[in-house]
Amino acid sequence: MLAAAFTDFMQQVVSGLASGGIYALLALALVIIHRSTGVINFAQGEMATLSAYIAWALIAHHSWGYWPAFAATLVISFVGGIGIHTAVIRPVERGSVLRIVIVTIGLLVAINGFVVWQWSGEPQQLQSPFGTDVYDVGGVVVAAHDIGTITVALGIVLLLGALFRFTKVGLALRAAAVNPEEARLVGVRVSWMLGLGWGLAALLGAVAGMLTAPTVGLDPNMMAAVLIYAFAAAILGGIDSPIGAVVGGLLIGVLLNMLSFLSQYGMFDWFTEELRLPMALLIILAVLLVRPHGILGRPEVKRV
Amino acid sequence: MKTLLELDGVAARYGPVQALTDVSLVVREGEVVAVLGANGAGKTTTLRAISGTVSRTGAIDLDGKSLKGGPEAIAKAGVAHVPEGRGTFVDLTVTENLKLGAYTRRDRSVKADLERIAEYFPWMTERGGQRAGTLSGGEQQMLALGRALMSRPRLLLLDEPSLGLAPMVVREFFRIVRQLNEDEGLTVLVVEQDARIALRASQRAYVLEVGHVALTGTSSELEGDESIRRSYLGY
Ligand SMILES: Nc1ncnc2c1ncn2[C@@H]1O[C@H](COP(=O)(O)OP(=O)(O)OP(=O)(O)O)[C@@H](O)[C@H]1O
Ligand SMILES: [Mg+2]
Repeated sequence: MLAAAFTDFMQQVVSGLASGGIYALLALALVIIHRSTGVINFAQGEMATLSAYIAWALIAHHSWGYWPAFAATLVISFVGGIGIHTAVIRPVERGSVLRIVIVTIGLLVAINGFVVWQWSGEPQQLQSPFGTDVYDVGGVVVAAHDIGTITVALGIVLLLGALFRFTKVGLALRAAAVNPEEARLVGVRVSWMLGLGWGLAALLGAVAGMLTAPTVGLDPNMMAAVLIYAFAAAILGGIDSPIGAVVGGLLIGVLLNMLSFLSQYGMFDWFTEELRLPMALLIILAVLLVRPHGILGRPEVKRV
Repeated sequence: MKTLLELDGVAARYGPVQALTDVSLVVREGEVVAVLGANGAGKTTTLRAISGTVSRTGAIDLDGKSLKGGPEAIAKAGVAHVPEGRGTFVDLTVTENLKLGAYTRRDRSVKADLERIAEYFPWMTERGGQRAGTLSGGEQQMLALGRALMSRPRLLLLDEPSLGLAPMVVREFFRIVRQLNEDEGLTVLVVEQDARIALRASQRAYVLEVGHVALTGTSSELEGDESIRRSYLGY
């Protein structure tokens, strides 16, 4: 009984980390854009969906191999993210925050419409690059796709972390996001950096989208729920903290699975899968009330 | 001495507010020049016009070439502007602030320059990993200076470095500026509210009055003339 509970527990942890890894990627994308523009990019989910469709189209219609399609999608998404910034965000960047928010909502609708128009609303199947194998690790059944997802998510996060921390362009990205005026004075092209931020966010979204599609099925609204979890992750970790976004993502993934696990064993037995999304919203609300700067964000200090 | 910076009939406005009407001044290579004047005279705006952070009319030449473009281009041309309030990147570490100073440089001697800066400010090495926002006001001002030096500027613009600092820290700051000027021939245009200390640190000075140059002379002339001191410099 206890051993069975333990394997169940471990199974939930592994699959929680896999979905959490995806939330982390999308939350990181939200944080990157929030730091530089002060807004939540509501189109982040649809951008990820579009990327997943591009990968699928390359594979299904143009018979590309998975990894070449994956790489090409990253490049297309990165360039597309920069393009979105240049074409629709930059013109309103100096305006109020509300204007940027409305533009991102418009973008959400536009991309969603485009995807349906181009590929119809019919669900499609994007394969997992890791196959459908399952492994038995000491009784714990883990899916190859989950292990692959965790690995790719962590790999991307580490790469991005290294970019931000150890490179000149990473330093400029951080400076431009937080102190744009001063950054210009030292010669940083702030608008390029903001564009680069959108490119990176789109790239993160692309990875999240391509990893989500194999499990939930590729359809125009597949990222809607994931975006809510990513919101929760970003808020929980601290909306301006990249590390917080990653930690928050993994926590949300595991936490929600823990509820499923506990409900199987009689605790929280009211909890069903339908309550996952409302639970995420509850977490958002609770964090905003109790600790608005999240676990790793810094509280906003007003200078007097 | 060769003319490094020349402003001719520079005017600037913020919406309806005409901040500068007609500012003409010259800074020669290797000089420390002060810009003095009452609050609102247009001192900060003059520096902002030079560094391209406010749009202006009139001519500004650096080394005979017109200074054009935004602040990024002007920074690249060799103008380092330490703005009013220091402009430190508070979320970044001391070392990262210094490295950003060298952003426009493509050469590989940035590391050597970090060591050179450390000779002037030894504490910056030991506390390289500290977040700049947690430094004291005086330390932040020193860091801002160090960051500006990292760009190996042809011209250093300082806006009210004495603001909010203890007199001893202000003296130390200007001592370092003078030393840089004497040892390395650094050219400086410094804006100050505190005329006394600025005149001691500079060779020449301009006094601004509501957007134009009211008078100019060598620092010792201005310092020695009591009526000028009374009516323009307030001490
Ligand atoms: N951002 C702004 N918007 C509107 N007016 C401004 C702005 N900045 C400065 N001004 C106005 O322009 C004029 C010159 O300002 P400036 O900051 O250059 O003066 P200053 O000599 O540096 O003064 P202080 O010694 O107080 O720093 C002032 O009348 C000021 O009110
Ligand atoms: Mg001023």
